Amino acid sequence: MVDTIQPLLEIKHLKTQFFTSKGIVPGADDVSLTIDKGKIVGVVGESGCGKSVTALSIMQLISEPGKIVGGEILFDGRDLLKSSKQQMYTIRGNEISMIFQEPMTSLNPVYPVGKQVAETLLIHNSHLSKEAAKKAVINMFELVGIPDAKRRFQVYPHQLSGGLRQRIMIAMALICKPKLLIADEPTTALDVTIEAQILQLLKDLQEEIDTSIMIITHNLGVVAEVCDDVYVMYAGKVVEHSDVFELFDHPKHPYTKGLLKSMPRSDVDEQRRKLYSIKGMVPNMLRPPQGCRFHPRCSEAMDICKKTEPTVVTINEQHCVSCWKYNER
Amino acid sequence: MKRYILKKLIVSVPVIIGVALITFLLLNVVPGDPITLMMKEHINPDVVKRVSAEMHLNDPAYFRFIHFLWNALRGDFGISYKLNRPVSELLLEAFPNTLALAVAAAVVSWIIGIPAGILSAIKRYSFLDNFFMGFSLLGVSMPVFWTGLLFQYIFSLKLGFFPISGFDGPEYLIMPAIVLGWSSAGTIARLTRSNLLDVMRNDYIRTARSKGIKELKVVTNHALKNSLLPVVTVMALQVSGLLSGAVITESIFGIPGIGRVAVDAIQNRDMPLLQGSVILTTILVVVGNLVADILYSYLDPRIKYNKKEA
Repeated sequence: MVDTIQPLLEIKHLKTQFFTSKGIVPGADDVSLTIDKGKIVGVVGESGCGKSVTALSIMQLISEPGKIVGGEILFDGRDLLKSSKQQMYTIRGNEISMIFQEPMTSLNPVYPVGKQVAETLLIHNSHLSKEAAKKAVINMFELVGIPDAKRRFQVYPHQLSGGLRQRIMIAMALICKPKLLIADEPTTALDVTIEAQILQLLKDLQEEIDTSIMIITHNLGVVAEVCDDVYVMYAGKVVEHSDVFELFDHPKHPYTKGLLKSMPRSDVDEQRRKLYSIKGMVPNMLRPPQGCRFHPRCSEAMDICKKTEPTVVTINEQHCVSCWKYNER
Repeated sequence: MKRYILKKLIVSVPVIIGVALITFLLLNVVPGDPITLMMKEHINPDVVKRVSAEMHLNDPAYFRFIHFLWNALRGDFGISYKLNRPVSELLLEAFPNTLALAVAAAVVSWIIGIPAGILSAIKRYSFLDNFFMGFSLLGVSMPVFWTGLLFQYIFSLKLGFFPISGFDGPEYLIMPAIVLGWSSAGTIARLTRSNLLDVMRNDYIRTARSKGIKELKVVTNHALKNSLLPVVTVMALQVSGLLSGAVITESIFGIPGIGRVAVDAIQNRDMPLLQGSVILTTILVVVGNLVADILYSYLDPRIKYNKKEA
């Protein structure tokens, strides 16, 4: 790949910690991540591995007792961590927007959905009239595939299905044509048929509006479906990064291999195989394991894994991994 | 909506009749004869007989009850034994005073309670929060008769700001309204605070923040309406409670309201007057509940009565 593509978002050594009464929990620990313009990037991992914390850190919506304690988040050349509150207000919803996992509860139950979408538009475009905003919202509703868009402007969230609500959320996130869309498990709460539709929609809109997308998911199927690049996270750290084909064809980190193996497959000879699962549990992040955080669950762990944290090894231009196995090469 | 209100009104009819029946039965088992009471020491058996017949006192109880209901339906609650005037007239005289006091007290409690609750929630655990919560705890804990006397002592006797008691103009309302309002302001402030804090944890608040809405607007536009629901219930019940007789406050400040009328009626065993005031009170409580229900559907569209949409 020739490096002419500009990175839109560059996270460097992000550290977000939660200061709980029992101790400090590292939510995101030294996370570095790049999203190029016009790309769809997946962030994969189990619950609690720091995916959402990373996303909320970008938006600076980490709530108490969490705090970003270090690193840089460069967005379009600006360091978001050095931006003022006022600057963040103009960036959120306008240049970076976000859709959430739970469409059933992410919309305010007491306002019509159209009004909620129009609100985003009106905050960031104060010159716009209410009528114009309404028109734009109805157009956006049509774009995200909401049938009968005009009538749906007035409808309340509880009158819509989960799939339609998620479409409303997508319309809300895209109404200002943001440069970056963060989708935090956008299809987890939906059933499979709707999931496929929503993913296709995101893919189509990404081309149409020319926005970059960061998809957070625990589902490798989603990654295979839509992503260009993938980051695999474990216990607050990025353990592997690669483009999507390389990752599925040549996974390097034992954790990634485990994740891929635990995907249900439809191949004939695989059908009788018992579904694989990675043994053990996600570590207690109050006292993360020494050395490589994955070593207690790793079938290929060596002595050094228990003592020293692995460094990032570059396999090739598009592929990096943090694992001692590849350090020897 | 209209159908819902109608339904509610129909349902409230048995409630009112039930209350009337219970009051009627209780007053019937209480010893004491109204005629003896009216005539005091000049009892004449002939007169007693005649008046008993006039007042239907010799009729069976169920007949008297139906008679009473039928008259009540036409707005006739009988004649006060003690004052010898129509009960409806006496109640109509007292009601505006009670209404004025109740509304003033309610407004005081909202003006103090809701902003105090919001500020406490936004600045949780701050000095402001502690101050407001202490202030409202004080309001809830201090009995009204004590606060009333305290206010009278400080603001009337010592400082001379307000008239000490009686009812002869708006300035007479200020002190009782503050005394009464303070005690309910505490409840409202605590309820607003805890509900707002609860609502602020919701997913849609995070969505609102992610849209780039400023924090204050997140609270006022997205959280407040959701958190006011339980507060509205309490507010509506409070108003009907205040209307149905802030008995103690009315007594302390000498306000001739429903509460005072009812207390006097009990003391004089004035059955028609007492029955009339109890029925009026019941109607007020029923109406208060209905208003709360209607406000609900305004605040939360999920509560739309008998209206379905796809």
